[in-house]
Parts: sequence; C-alpha cells; structure tokens
Amino acid sequence: MKLHEYQAKELLRRHGVPVPPGQAAHTVDDAVKAAEALGGNFWVVKAQVHAGGRGKGRFKEVVDAATLELVLAGAADVPGKGGVQLCRSLDDVRNAAAMMLGNTLVTKQTGAGGVVVKTVLVTTGADIARELYAALLLDRQKSQILLMASTEGGTEIEEVAAVHPEAIHKVWADPVTGLGEWQARQMAAKLGLSGKAFNGAVKMFVNLYKTYMATDASMLEINPLVVSSDGEVVALDAKFMIDDNALFRQKEIASWYDAGEDDAAEVEAAAYNLNFVKLDGNIGCLVNGAGLAMGTMDIIKFYGGEPANFLDVGGGANKDQVKAALGIITKDPAVKAIMVNIFGGIMRCDVIAAGIIAAVAETGLQVPLIARLEGTNAELGRKLLSESGLAIIPAASLADAAEKAVAAVNGK
Amino acid sequence: MAVLVDHNTRLITQGITGSAGAFHSRMCKAYGTNLVGGVTPGKGGTWFEGEVPVFNTVADSVKYTAANTSMIFVPPPFAADAIMEAADAGIKLIVCITEGIPANDMVRAWRYLQGKDCRLIGPNCPGIITPGAAKIGIMPGHIHRPGRIGVVSRSGTLTYEAVGQLTALGLGQSTCIGIGGDPVIGTTHTDALRLFNDDPDTDAVIMIGEIGGSAEENACAWAKVNMSKPIIGFIAGATAPPGRRMGHAGAIISGGQGGAEDKYAAMQDAGVHIVRSPAEMGRRMKEVLTEAGII
Repeated sequence: MKLHEYQAKELLRRHGVPVPPGQAAHTVDDAVKAAEALGGNFWVVKAQVHAGGRGKGRFKEVVDAATLELVLAGAADVPGKGGVQLCRSLDDVRNAAAMMLGNTLVTKQTGAGGVVVKTVLVTTGADIARELYAALLLDRQKSQILLMASTEGGTEIEEVAAVHPEAIHKVWADPVTGLGEWQARQMAAKLGLSGKAFNGAVKMFVNLYKTYMATDASMLEINPLVVSSDGEVVALDAKFMIDDNALFRQKEIASWYDAGEDDAAEVEAAAYNLNFVKLDGNIGCLVNGAGLAMGTMDIIKFYGGEPANFLDVGGGANKDQVKAALGIITKDPAVKAIMVNIFGGIMRCDVIAAGIIAAVAETGLQVPLIARLEGTNAELGRKLLSESGLAIIPAASLADAAEKAVAAVNGK
Repeated sequence: MAVLVDHNTRLITQGITGSAGAFHSRMCKAYGTNLVGGVTPGKGGTWFEGEVPVFNTVADSVKYTAANTSMIFVPPPFAADAIMEAADAGIKLIVCITEGIPANDMVRAWRYLQGKDCRLIGPNCPGIITPGAAKIGIMPGHIHRPGRIGVVSRSGTLTYEAVGQLTALGLGQSTCIGIGGDPVIGTTHTDALRLFNDDPDTDAVIMIGEIGGSAEENACAWAKVNMSKPIIGFIAGATAPPGRRMGHAGAIISGGQGGAEDKYAAMQDAGVHIVRSPAEMGRRMKEVLTEAGII
C-alpha cells in the first residue's frame, strides 16, 4: 500500500526523523490557514497524489492539450505551474491550493487520465545546502533490509545507478541487531558529511530503520534528504510503501488507504479478494494462480493479441468470486473477448463453470468467451458449460484457447 | 530416489486441525505420503482423523514420531514463528505453504535458519512432490506420474500446467518443487538446479521463473558453469507492466530490475532451451530429450 507524502511524514515525525513543519489541507481556506499557522514568508504547496513527477506535472483543467503532451513525453521545459509550487505570500498559497484542489494532475507517471487532487500539503520552505538520497528496502538477494544512500539527491535512483553507480553506497541490516549505529556512521562518512550534519545523518539513518520496521514498510525513500547551510538534516520528500501482508497489524495505517488513487475495477476486485491489474488490451483474462495468469497474458501476446487485464481468482475461489471476476472483466468496454484459463488443483473446474453460468445468466454475454478447463473435475466443468446452452467456445489446451481468443477479437 | 522427498519422508503438518491443513493432510496421506503426526498448540494429545497423533509442539512430534519433514499451514501472522519452531526441533525439510507472511517476519526467520541443518521450501508455494512416493503440498496428485524430469517453479498452477503437458506426452517427473512466489524464500532456483544436477534419477529440468528479483539470473549463472543436464526455461510475466505487483508478492518489476527480458537473456547465455509460450514446455522437453538421445 502506497502512502501520501503527508502521511509518510507524519510517520517519520513520530519516529524521530526530522521533516519540514507542514500541514495537510483539503480546502483552499485550510491551506491558507495552515500557511498562517506555520508562519514565515516562504511556503511550498504540494499536491498529494501517489504518482511521481508532481513538480513537472500540469493540471488538465488549467493547461491546453499540447502542454499535457509535453508532460507525458517527459519534456524538460513545460510552461505553467505544476503540482509543487513555491509561494512567497499567502495569496500565492491561496492561488496554488485553488489550482490544485479538485483539479486533475497529469504527470509522466499518471498517464493521460491524471489523478484528482483532494489534499495538499503546505510546508515551510527549506534552506538547502546539499541534496542527498537515502532509501531502505528489502534486498531479495541477501534476504536483508538494505540502506542505500547517494550523494546525488533529487535525481531518480535508477538514473544515478546508470550514470554514477559509484555514488551509491549500501549497508545491510542484520535482523538480529538491526541497523547498527556504526553502520549509520559508515554511511554518513561515505557521503562526505562532517560535524553537525554527520551526527544528524547518523541519527536519521537509525531512525529511518526504526520507522521501516515499526510500520512494516516495504520501501522507504527519502529524496531529497537535505542538509541545510547550518548543518540540519531533514527529509524533504518521502516515498513510503507498506507491506500489504502486514496491514493486519498496522490498523491505523491501513485506515489511511486512499481508494481514489487506484483503478475502480481494481478496488472492486480487491473487495472480492481477487488479484486484478488493468492493462491496455482487449482480451479479458480469468485465471487461477498468479503464475498461470501471467503465462496466460504472455501466450495471448505470443499469438498476436493484447491482454486487457491480469486476473488471478486464487486457489480456492467460490462461485461468487468467479461471478464477480467475470463482471469486472465485462465492465471494461475495451474487452472484445474473454479467455478463461483454469488448471484446477484445489480449485474445482465445476465451481468455475457454475460461476460462469451464474454470471452469464444474470448479465448476458456480449463478447465471445473461450473456456479452457483442465485438472480437478475438468470433465464435469466442461459438461456443465456445454449443457448450459450458452455460446461458450470450448478450448482443448492452453494454446488452443489463446489462438481462439485472438481469432475472436480479430473477428474470425 | 528423486530429491528431498521419497518413501523415507516422515511428515508432520503444522496447523493440522485448521480447515486447509486438515484437508491437505488428508489428501497427502491418501496419495501415500507417510503422515506421522500433526501440531496444533493446545490440541496435543488428541488424534487427527482417529489415527494421526496431534502434538502441542513440533519438538514433541519429533520426539514421538521421528518426523523429518514438516508441512506448514499456519496462518500468516504466526507462520514465520512456525518455521523457526520446526528448524529448532530438528526438522530437516520445512515446506511452508502459507501465503501472505509479512516480509519482515520472513527476513527474521530466514536469518534464524542460517547455519541450521535444515532446508526451507516456500513460503507461498504449492509444495514438493515425488510422484508415486510422497506428496507434500497442495498440488493435485493425479496429474503427475513417476519419471525422470525435474520441475522447479515459483508458481503453483503454472507448474501444474508443465506437469500436465509432460504427463500427456508420456514424460514422468522425478520431483517437482514449487519454490514459492514471495520475495524471501528458502530454496531457490539455484538450489533446485543443483539438487537435480546431482540426482541420478533426473535426466532434465523444466525451470519456470517469473518477473521480479534476480533469482533466475543467479540460477543461470550457476547453470552455465555447473549444469550437465538440459534445462527448458519459461519466464512468466513478459507482458507485465513495470511497478505493478502481479498477484505474487515477489512478482514486480521495480527500479528497472526483474523484467522478463533480462531473465531470458540470462537463460540464453546459460544454454537453456527457452520457450516463449507456456504451452510449449512439454513439447520442447520431448524434442530436447530426443535430440540428446535420452529418449
């Protein structure tokens, strides 16, 4: 689960990681009040959306289509104001919040659809002498948590890794001891810090690790991590992801989930415990098991088609889940054919067949449905489908199903 | 002989009285696996199905049944603890079926297993089967048949797909290992290839990888130098978009890493016989075995 920046900073603050003073606001008036309460004469107003590239993003309602094209193409210079605005007066804050709230921010990462901004974060402007980078994440090679930091703050880490791999430093935390202060000191030294900034960075690294463990994070990225001219070390921006498998014991964080950020179909699928990812093609897929679901997408592509989704109904789906899954697939107007691919293990093919029949009885079937049932009770499942009188196209194998699905969308 | 599990396997189920644990214990036993006991804290002294003793701790089960293998169906919040308990009790092969264990719990459990004389398979896996001898996990036993092909995969149903194709072509399996779809797992692709390479009863291997991490690349680097048997390889998720988790917690392309093309390139470099369609795994295996004069 992804967190918004203001939520991430709240968690960091609680665990002793310095962040710039700031307040989240849902209305323009509240944004101005927040700026007044923070005081000073320099603020930053930041749109709270999960996607990156906010600063270079533009608002659909504010700029023309040509400008949005520039945003999506990742152009360096785009006219107008974006999702991160520096404000020198309360009027500036008011204007920035008014431009953002309720409008649709398009960034390179959101795609053309964009995301509606419901919250802005108002923070005090920071004094920046140096920009660094720090992140904690699971290193799958070592099965340990990795602290990674670089002197190239403000740049995406993938870019740094490609151009300046020598600027990236790594230490691994043994789960028995946690991240040692000695490791944090090593890291601060490698970043070339000294004096007050050295000690501040050491404390920050140790507390970042504590935050990571206490919140069951799966990724925690501070970019940039800034050092001020008087040696203060502050987390200026934070990307924070929580391990979905640990949300059962992170109830407060789980309650912060913002469904508005996710595809509506994906939210509906999650409510039925279905793994669903929306894709751009026109062949809907209903499969049991994540690997086979990916394999089904791959074989559709192999035969020249384009999958409309990834959908794994799981190992023990019931009739209602299958019905819901088919409903979600058929709601997508792009879908021109559906490929059901089931290799029954625990999952019985007759249960799948009953779910399909129930769904079609209720909503009808507007597009060709190709069904391939194999494994446990496959014979019974095929029999149920053929006796249902529904125009379901049976397939004898995985390849046969994919070929028939691709042929169906090509009007053959 | 096959690898890891056979007629010498003495199995216990941790979480034997839960619904999934009970159902699959019954299925494994029906397949012929030597199920010697079960563990459910607080239910020690009772009997599962009237004939399998239930213990409070894994240590007790080992003491009274000489169990050497455990199958874990404990719910996710307690599963990492169950893995450590099994290792501490001297279980040699721990097969963790549970899906949804917090990654940080697994980091701790993985660390605990280092230096211990045991092997973990999973978590979030279908288990391991030596057809005709022992089934430890949730795979449908009836699609398998005894033979000389090893199968290793991160996915459950995609493994069944490979096995189904092999069996339909008359090619039996020595052992099929589902290593699991999580980011932190015990036995890796490399470990499995090493076991199959050393196994006199395995002629060739189907290796099924998926996007995310670099375990397939590591396995290919090992195979390039050490593997003397043919490998057929498929990677699931060539069409997956970056940054999205494809069902499995470990199946995600992130930071430009873990994409299918890198994995296929590593396979190519290691001399693996690649199939781009998952429908071709069995057929390609038959071709390769025929060309090599093995069948």
